[in-house]
Amino acid sequence: MTDSDHRETVAALQNDVSRLADKSNGDRMVTALYGRAEQIASRTVRQDAAAPSGRLTDWIDRLTTSRILGLGSMLAVLAIILWVTIAGANVPSALLATGLFWIESQLTLLFQAVGAPDWLHGFLVLGVYRGLAWVVAVMLPPMAIFFPLFTLLEDLGYLPRVAFNLDRLFQKAGTHGKQALTMAMGFGCNAAGVIACRIIDSPRERTLAIITNNFMPCNGRWPTLITMATLFVGGAVVAAQTTIAAAALAALVLFGVFVTLTVSWVLSKTVLRGLPSEFTLELPPFRRPAIGRILVRALIDRTLTVLWRAVIVAAPVGGITWLLARITIGDKALLYHASDALDGFGRALGLDGIILMAFILGLPANEIVMPIMIMAYVGAGAMLQLDSLSALKTLLVDQNGWTWLTAVCVMLFSLLHYPCGTAMLTIYRETKSVKWTLLSIFLPLGIAIGVCFAVAQTVRALGLV
Amino acid sequence: MAKSPDIGCRSCGIASCAGAQLAHGEHATTVALAGNPNVGKTSVFNALTGLRQHTGNWPGKTVARAEGSFAHNGRMFCVIDLPGTYSLSARSAEEEVARDFICFGRPEVTVVVVDATALERNLNLALQTAEITERLIVCVNLLDEAKRKKITVDLDGLAAELGVPVVGTVARAKRGINELKDLIDEVASGRLVPKPRMVEYSEEIERQVAELVPRIASLVGNALPARWVALRLLEGDRTILPRAVAHAKEINASPVPAETT
Repeated sequence: MTDSDHRETVAALQNDVSRLADKSNGDRMVTALYGRAEQIASRTVRQDAAAPSGRLTDWIDRLTTSRILGLGSMLAVLAIILWVTIAGANVPSALLATGLFWIESQLTLLFQAVGAPDWLHGFLVLGVYRGLAWVVAVMLPPMAIFFPLFTLLEDLGYLPRVAFNLDRLFQKAGTHGKQALTMAMGFGCNAAGVIACRIIDSPRERTLAIITNNFMPCNGRWPTLITMATLFVGGAVVAAQTTIAAAALAALVLFGVFVTLTVSWVLSKTVLRGLPSEFTLELPPFRRPAIGRILVRALIDRTLTVLWRAVIVAAPVGGITWLLARITIGDKALLYHASDALDGFGRALGLDGIILMAFILGLPANEIVMPIMIMAYVGAGAMLQLDSLSALKTLLVDQNGWTWLTAVCVMLFSLLHYPCGTAMLTIYRETKSVKWTLLSIFLPLGIAIGVCFAVAQTVRALGLV
Repeated sequence: MAKSPDIGCRSCGIASCAGAQLAHGEHATTVALAGNPNVGKTSVFNALTGLRQHTGNWPGKTVARAEGSFAHNGRMFCVIDLPGTYSLSARSAEEEVARDFICFGRPEVTVVVVDATALERNLNLALQTAEITERLIVCVNLLDEAKRKKITVDLDGLAAELGVPVVGTVARAKRGINELKDLIDEVASGRLVPKPRMVEYSEEIERQVAELVPRIASLVGNALPARWVALRLLEGDRTILPRAVAHAKEINASPVPAETT
């Protein structure tokens, strides 16, 4: 058969078929398929009458998906996880810090014993090592608690119920209910969240989900947020402090959801107009999670990955920051030329120059924002040994003029600012559009600046700080 | 069905199957893993390949295609974990990925993972898959959960009804995985030839299918089952024929001579 014969045969066949083809054929086939499936199942599946009632899981199911209690129980679950994380992280954090800084003093002794020059000791021990020690002591414990807990929820089958609860809200905002699932992925990593948006079929709703995924705090931002929340809560009783910090974090996540919904709503009324599409979401049964595996997977996949990313960047950055704080041009060090330039703008947002610089340098990965900030501050001040959270508070408050407003603005800015470098690339790969990628970067940035400015100015005008 | 030596490796990607460590000229047997969302497909995948894909108890976890490999009885197998779908109607992105891979990726074996606690709903996909490929194995997973709910599945009966080999597993506990590997090997090597029983549609549809099949076969040869293409045509899918013809050319399968009708 020649090629043209071939084409004619295909065309003729298509033509003949178009007379026969019928939408109702498809429906009839589906009916036949289901009929056969039912027949096979009836012949091969036996359900014993004495099936366990599963009353407990039924009850949990009703509670978690109830119209009234669903959202409340969801918030409670979030708050409990955050509370356990904060309460549990304190002690190991302090222990780690003590241990790591004991090693630092031993290193110093070693450098002195071999007669190493001061600058080498400064660069390697006070710059690189101290930076690393900080990252590990501050970030590891909360992550080692938070990520397994979150993985546990995932394994239990809780996330689809969250999507179910939020569906009505998303519907009202003009977006797809599955966006709740992509947001849950964003809780771990925004790049993963953006990829997960593939489960949304309509391009309009997928774009909305991609643009707003940034408003869910990712792995890299949790340590910053948790530390900030813990740093500034008052009260004499430790348990009360923890509760307030957990509540503050839960409120911050809620605010992220609120911003997501608002932005989605505005976009769906303007540049991404359309109606939300229907979908079916299967609620999987609650399954007994495999605890051992969760612990291992969450620790290795999430905790160590995030920590490693922070460490490999923090080590050189620690050294470089130490150098920049010492190489002077004119009357001050290079580092502070840069941060001073940003200082005015930073202060208008309730931040300062160093914080802004840390966010800018932290573009490749959110994990390193806090390490850069701390190292820049430490590099500047007296070389005090930071060995606990209270020492961090001393560094920030007494030496660098932080107030609770600074902490709040850092949290807000961290929640809102812009997706990290990896997430930006992912957004471009998924949307194949420069326009949507730029919107995904500058829309959050605009919101972050606006919100921080409004909060800072209001609080200052009211004389609260 | 014609063997297509290079397709398996091309479609699974040499780099991602690097774990297979093939000697020059050898190729891994491609195994596609399909199933409804949330039936533990990724657990079966992990149990087979020893890879540690992140699992999660929610539908839509596996968005991108995951690949891994394992050796069994001295043979290399490359496993493709397809996104979870309820059917192969290509109405959504996931369904299209799954359907296209089973149709055009020509896996040597396709395993449909079904949930023992919801067999009826899950069988739809198995029945649809059987129309595309006869090298099919049905893996009844989550038997532990079924047991807890006092549900028993007659695996032999199911195999007889479907006409394909059936294996029961508890993938999370790695139970039944060796049997599954044995079955995959037997089907891949041709020692076991499944004879899937087709779903019978209404008389009218079956008559039209019977008319179309020889004409389709003359165009696509044995690149795709003519019956399946005929059904899609009758459904009103206008893209399937050109794709099937192009596919037939690509794999260079010789068209069977047209029969007179």
